Amino acid sequence: MRDWRFWVAEQRGTLLAFGIFVVMFIIYVSNHPAGFNSNVVQTASNKAVLLAFVAMAQTLIVTTAGIDLSVGMIFTLTNCLASWIVIGAPLETAFGVMGVLATGAACGAVNGAIVIFGRLQPIVATIATGAIYFGIALALRPYPGGGVNEDLAEALTGKIFGIIPASLVVLAAVVLIVWVPYSRSALGRAAYAVGSSEVAAYMSGLPIRRAKFLAYTLSGLLASIGGLFLTFFTYTGEAALVSGNNYTLFSIAAVVLGGVSLYGGTGSAIGAIFGALAFRTIGDLLFVFDFDPLWQPLFQGVVLMLAVSLGALALLRVRNRLEWFR
Amino acid sequence: MSDATSTQNGRGLLELVRRTDPAVAMAFACIVVLLLVGSLYSANFLSPAYLLQQLKVASFLGVIATGMMLVILLGHIDLSVPWVVTTGAMMACAASSFGTLGVALAIPFGILCGVLLGLINGFGVAYMRIPAMIVTLATNAVAQGLMVVYSGGFSPVDFASPPMRYLATAFTIPGVPNAVIVWAVIGAAVVFLLTRTTFGRAIYGIGNRETAVYLSGIDTRRVVMTAFAIAGGLFAFGGVLLAGYASKAAQSMGDDYLLPAIAAVVLGGTSILGGRGSYLGTIAGVILITLLQSILSVMQVPEFGRQIIYGVVIVTMLLLYGRSPKVTS
Repeated sequence: MRDWRFWVAEQRGTLLAFGIFVVMFIIYVSNHPAGFNSNVVQTASNKAVLLAFVAMAQTLIVTTAGIDLSVGMIFTLTNCLASWIVIGAPLETAFGVMGVLATGAACGAVNGAIVIFGRLQPIVATIATGAIYFGIALALRPYPGGGVNEDLAEALTGKIFGIIPASLVVLAAVVLIVWVPYSRSALGRAAYAVGSSEVAAYMSGLPIRRAKFLAYTLSGLLASIGGLFLTFFTYTGEAALVSGNNYTLFSIAAVVLGGVSLYGGTGSAIGAIFGALAFRTIGDLLFVFDFDPLWQPLFQGVVLMLAVSLGALALLRVRNRLEWFR
Repeated sequence: MSDATSTQNGRGLLELVRRTDPAVAMAFACIVVLLLVGSLYSANFLSPAYLLQQLKVASFLGVIATGMMLVILLGHIDLSVPWVVTTGAMMACAASSFGTLGVALAIPFGILCGVLLGLINGFGVAYMRIPAMIVTLATNAVAQGLMVVYSGGFSPVDFASPPMRYLATAFTIPGVPNAVIVWAVIGAAVVFLLTRTTFGRAIYGIGNRETAVYLSGIDTRRVVMTAFAIAGGLFAFGGVLLAGYASKAAQSMGDDYLLPAIAAVVLGGTSILGGRGSYLGTIAGVILITLLQSILSVMQVPEFGRQIIYGVVIVTMLLLYGRSPKVTS
């Protein structure tokens, strides 16, 4: 009985995000002209997994009490790269996919190296590296274009057994292969400890540098999976500044909706995934209610504002005013 | 803080050197290096006309970076720059189309809109205790939404009023662009605010430890909210000047100012964690960023190369003088 309570307390953010998502999705589907069918789910999930991958990448950094403002640019860069090399015969495609993932991990590792060994604040370091990654993306794709292995793209964006969206299956697989082992490993726990208090983690003899480096590298890898999927959906590569910046900003929003604390140390990538799914569903709600699309940004902004205002409810629990200033 | 008081005795110069923040000195050294690199490429780089032109371009970023500096000194950050700038510009232009009264009130109205958005930011951060990064992000989204609804998704047809154009493009003192004078006035006001008023000292204090300032009997929440409101007003004023410069407002005209503003403040030696930094450094940072962008465009480096060099230069400069202390010591 006790264990169960601890689990709920620990996962409160994730469960809340899951709840928000379910409510939003029910509203969305019940008002969708086509009703609840596998095509609607497939379209919705294909749009949402992109943000889900980027939000997972952001979670890894945020739990170490950092912030990654280059995550959208890694996403854009790997999209541009994939439109060059994920093409051709199966073997070539396989090497291409590996190359894209390795590039993403390398971008994350560069961020990590600058933050850990250069001792720069993550927020400014990633602003600068984001400019670099966007520059490389522009060099790769000055104009939108390129292609992708269409068989692979169709397989990964289609439906398995005609029902389950393949992109959701890949998302689940990535959670099982990357997130679960990471968050249960000694280094993963050390990364959480760094987020709570870097000094305390150091004093306890935890490998803080290796833990942070792993977090940044895996974050780059996850962002590149997102970039790969963007290529599978659009069949092109495009170095779009606005889209890259939006993904960075939306990933922060998704992470917060997902119950991950921006102060570090708590939260889970699974929460961030539901945060991303909820955020995307909110954005799509207007379409099913047949509003003028012009109102969509305002609606999305107001909902975001209300969602973050929920965080203020924690103030009601404060017994001592000094707890305001953490 | 280090150069807050001027010295009057004979050892003044030595004292000044000792008190100068090494980061600010480094930033000015980098400006000299950039000018030398530029002058190797073209002799025009050292001509007064070119330098004044650069100062004029820098003054738009300077006004926006001033607001960003206030927020960063508190230990917060304001990501709502893009659409607060655009809101200021669009609303000022919109007011300009309402006859004489509209023209007269265009600039104050644009700034007022920025102050209101800044108040929302400040209320969320100070009273609701939500992280600044996410509140300002939400405000940015709301401002974007409002402007998209207002403009119908296109650039508005209203033009900037004559006073706006006068502030941004004309010359009152021969040879000195008005925009530079505007920046100088705002800079002087902010230096006074930061170094000579309790409000300014409270800003530095909150950046160091808000609890201590609160226990000293200062209403820290009001200080934080006011600082965000001033910052919002300055962003909007930057937008008003930009609209005057381009003679109209445009969608996403503010997008190019968020990251440079943060970079300028940080390159000027202000700690991103708050509590430390001088306005002199921000001036250096703004000029540094503007010169860098200008040199890259004069050298006709393609856009991708510009982005890469821009990023590499910022990282390198920060590695030179912007490093945090070791955790392990």
